[in-house]
Amino acid sequence: MDLSSNLILVIVVTSVATFASRFLGILTAENISDKSKIFDWFNYVAYSILAALTARMVVFPAGALLESTLLIRLIVISISVGIFIYSNKNLVLPTVISFILLTFLSGIY
Amino acid sequence: MINRKYFYQGLKSLISLRSPAIALACSFIALGALMHNAGFNLQQSVASSFFTYALPGQLVMIESFLVGSSLVNIFLSVWLVNFRLYPMSVALVPILKHKSQPRWKYYLSCHMIAVSSWLIMKETYKKIDQKYRLDYWFGIGCGTLLAAVISTLLGYWISDYLTTEMMIGLAIVNPVYFLCMMVSVMSNIKIIVSILSGALLGPILYLATPEWSILIAGIVGGSIAFLIKDKKNGSI
Repeated sequence: MDLSSNLILVIVVTSVATFASRFLGILTAENISDKSKIFDWFNYVAYSILAALTARMVVFPAGALLESTLLIRLIVISISVGIFIYSNKNLVLPTVISFILLTFLSGIY
Repeated sequence: MINRKYFYQGLKSLISLRSPAIALACSFIALGALMHNAGFNLQQSVASSFFTYALPGQLVMIESFLVGSSLVNIFLSVWLVNFRLYPMSVALVPILKHKSQPRWKYYLSCHMIAVSSWLIMKETYKKIDQKYRLDYWFGIGCGTLLAAVISTLLGYWISDYLTTEMMIGLAIVNPVYFLCMMVSVMSNIKIIVSILSGALLGPILYLATPEWSILIAGIVGGSIAFLIKDKKNGSI
């Protein structure tokens, strides 16, 4: 098989594997009310998974972030979250600053 | 078909000070650049962001492709890494449901479930009339999906101009965004416990089982939060 059609297959397989979880969620939720206990459980699990994913991205990153040290990442994140809290929950400011700060710091170290 | 007023209201969440657009743009610009370097063409990169629209899964796809994994292996690793979308979807659909909405809209709308759109919806849905929440969700979903697709395109084009330092800088924006959003939803003890336990367990379990760590951490952390008693018993 040539590279191009192989790549298309890879994209299709990835999309199907991803859509499967979303669609399975719809089917499961069909008879679930937002006031039920099972809804609450899924809700807490979803938040917990997002927190686990975020922590993993910071502590054990993949890709480009591997080239920065954990200490620098933690410093940049603390400053950004601090800005978020003190700017009355403005999200534009901390996200832009985190990019500038880490780009700048990785140039130095 | 779709109530325009609520659709635009959802779309507008992308141009507010609480917008996820910058976080999305940074991560998908980096993704576009990565796909360029990995040998995908422009159409394939854009199609991938449009049809998959889940960053961790797309990263796994690129990695697996580069090391020459089989299609079955790619399917399994993507499925596992994107399985977080399943509990997210179950925790979202019940708040969107209304008997006046046709079924196809739910099936179509689930494609737009991603961390950023999900977090905005969870934060704002109570202000929206239940009857139109699905239309509002379409607005958020189309906006975030569009931002992701356009950013992939942009990243693909400018990949030659992105330095290593800039790629590192781009990669921190998404975790910063997620973290800020989570700080802002920590309003009741159960959510606080689920977030803190997940954040603690995720990296610890990663040492034992990198593939399953996120999922196990989430199930354990979420169950702990579910079981603790809260007098107010409020949920988000």
